[in-house]
Amino acid sequence: MKKKNCLTMLCLIVLIGLLTSCSKKEQSSNASEEKAATANAPAAPATPIDPNTVASISGTVKFDGAAPKPAKIDMSQDPACKGTNQAENIVVSDGDLANVFVYVKDGLGNRGFDVPKDPVVIDQQGCKYHPHVLGVMTGQNLEIKNDDQTTHNIHPTPKDNREWNESQPPSAAPIEKSFAREEVMLPVKCNQHPWMKMYINVIKNPFYAVTDKNGKYEIKGLPPGTYTIAFVQEKLGEQTQQVTLAPKDSKTIDQTFKAGAAAGSM
Amino acid sequence: MSLPVGDLQRSPRQVDLRSLAMPYNRGLHRFAVFTASVTFLLLVAGALVTSNDAGLSVPDWPTTFGSIYKIPHMVGGVKFEHGHRMLAELVGLLTIILALWTWRAEPRRWMRYLGLGALAAVVIQGVLGGITVLFYLPPAISTAHAAVAQTFFCIAVSIALFTGHRWVEEQPRVEFDFTRPRLVTLTLLSIVVLYVQLILGAMFRHHGLGWWPHVANSVIVALVLTWTGVRAISVYSNIRAVKKAAVILLGLLVCQLCLGFMAFATRVAWGHDAAQPELPMVISTVAHVAVGALLLATAVVLAIQVWRHVPVAFEERVAGTQGKPVAA
Ligand code: HEM
Ligand code: HEM
Repeated sequence: MKKKNCLTMLCLIVLIGLLTSCSKKEQSSNASEEKAATANAPAAPATPIDPNTVASISGTVKFDGAAPKPAKIDMSQDPACKGTNQAENIVVSDGDLANVFVYVKDGLGNRGFDVPKDPVVIDQQGCKYHPHVLGVMTGQNLEIKNDDQTTHNIHPTPKDNREWNESQPPSAAPIEKSFAREEVMLPVKCNQHPWMKMYINVIKNPFYAVTDKNGKYEIKGLPPGTYTIAFVQEKLGEQTQQVTLAPKDSKTIDQTFKAGAAAGSM
Repeated sequence: MSLPVGDLQRSPRQVDLRSLAMPYNRGLHRFAVFTASVTFLLLVAGALVTSNDAGLSVPDWPTTFGSIYKIPHMVGGVKFEHGHRMLAELVGLLTIILALWTWRAEPRRWMRYLGLGALAAVVIQGVLGGITVLFYLPPAISTAHAAVAQTFFCIAVSIALFTGHRWVEEQPRVEFDFTRPRLVTLTLLSIVVLYVQLILGAMFRHHGLGWWPHVANSVIVALVLTWTGVRAISVYSNIRAVKKAAVILLGLLVCQLCLGFMAFATRVAWGHDAAQPELPMVISTVAHVAVGALLLATAVVLAIQVWRHVPVAFEERVAGTQGKPVAA
């Protein structure tokens, strides 16, 4: 009997030990990643692009299979919230997939790009984020507005960037923020209204787009070259295609996500 | 096997636990019971914060939206988070009063220190709650907050027990433990496995760990608690305090296992794609946390009652007094 007791205790102690060491490892690797990222951060000077040779890509992103029924959102917890009450995690109409982030993942080498002066705007309205998915360049300003008669808190939960959480009462001044490191599908949520979720995609180049409700996107002004184009959906994960663009090319690149595909890269 | 305690020599250790001539302090006892009850409500309120994912709806601490005393508009997540903070402040206040009152009115010195211990626990708990907000709910700190919460609850319950009428005025009925492992060892083991279970559950709940360690350990919890409870009931059924705690322990264990499966179903199996925390998930997980706290407190009470009523000193005493005349 005594032996048994000792054994159970031993198992438990080992278990606890394992746990603490696991969580420690996670933390330390995060910290070192962050350091590495900061070290790589300084952007290369912008390389001019010849406007007479630029190419473009466009296309439609499709969803193959029966579209999942969007989950209902219950906004009754806050009387100030009146919006369309459907979740936006997979938005399909007639087989067209909206809210897919399309960007040039590879092929630009070490080219640097100017960061646009204009901010990208996130609007909180009807206790939802508009837009649901957006792209922004590293270091570019984000302007977060609150058009609701209730307080929101804006809480990004990044992997590679600094986390923050701020509240914004009705008719308060916009919050200005930027992200220093590349990160795709960085989740943002409101803990006040737990159905409010959106994704910010932070990349180093200006060649990105988000599919509209017809699944359409367009990326213009690309220098000729061979690129990896990535299509990222918050639940369905990432898919890529190679494309070679000659000067002044204008190519159509469509992509299809299959129902039930696992979100591998998320 | 049962002997009235007066017939036996008491070991000195037992004497200081069992009250000597000490009056029952009704006011203090009622206040302790009240504090423990409000603490239970606070545990439920805290679990509601976590289950509704509302922990960060108020980003600042110790202020709330920049104010120390102003009550914000209680909607959405703020209702849970600020409600929890207000109830925590009340419990903090009650604990300060309880510690002071115990210090002044309690003749048992260890009770005064227990009162101070409760105060220390509530302060640590409040600071952990604040830190977890300021650091965006790191799993380790949220788990510590969940664990210290139940520790504090157990202290509050034991203060209520120690100030109780029965404890203070009744002559305990004592039976000696001949079995191996000893019942008191089993009750302590129960507390240990429940603690591990609490930490594993909280680590899962706060996204620091997968679900399987908690579910795997629930088998160990079920076995150890059943062993403890069944032994207590089958061998010491004539000691009311022990039997009662053991029966409650087993009852709560069954409840908790069912609630665990419900929490698993609503959160892990069906709920992982939910657009927001859904009612069945909130109810089952909050109930699972609450019954978990009751279960741990019951295990603590059982251990205390066993320590009081089923002392282990017999063999040692026999060994020690061998050859000498035994004073009757
Ligand atoms: C004094 C006593 C307190 C007690 C007994 C207590 C108890 C609890 C409990 C039982 C939970 C639920 C844990 C879980 O379900 O896993 C919780 C959650 C929480 N408490 Fe407290 N709490 C106290 C004070 C505070 C204070 C002063 C704050 C201040 C901000 C606070 C902030 C929180 C937060 C933010 C959560 C949610 C944590 C998460 O979701 O990760 N608590 N509390
Ligand atoms: C007697 C055994 C058990 C005890 C004492 C126990 C205790 C607990 C406690 C205290 C927590 C919450 C910790 C906190 O405060 O954050 C928890 C969470 C949880 N437990 Fe258990 N548990 C038991 C058995 C089970 C079983 C058998 C299952 C499932 C099959 C289960 C599934 C869960 C789940 C899914 C959660 C997390 C809920 C959430 O994410 O909100 N538990 N358990």
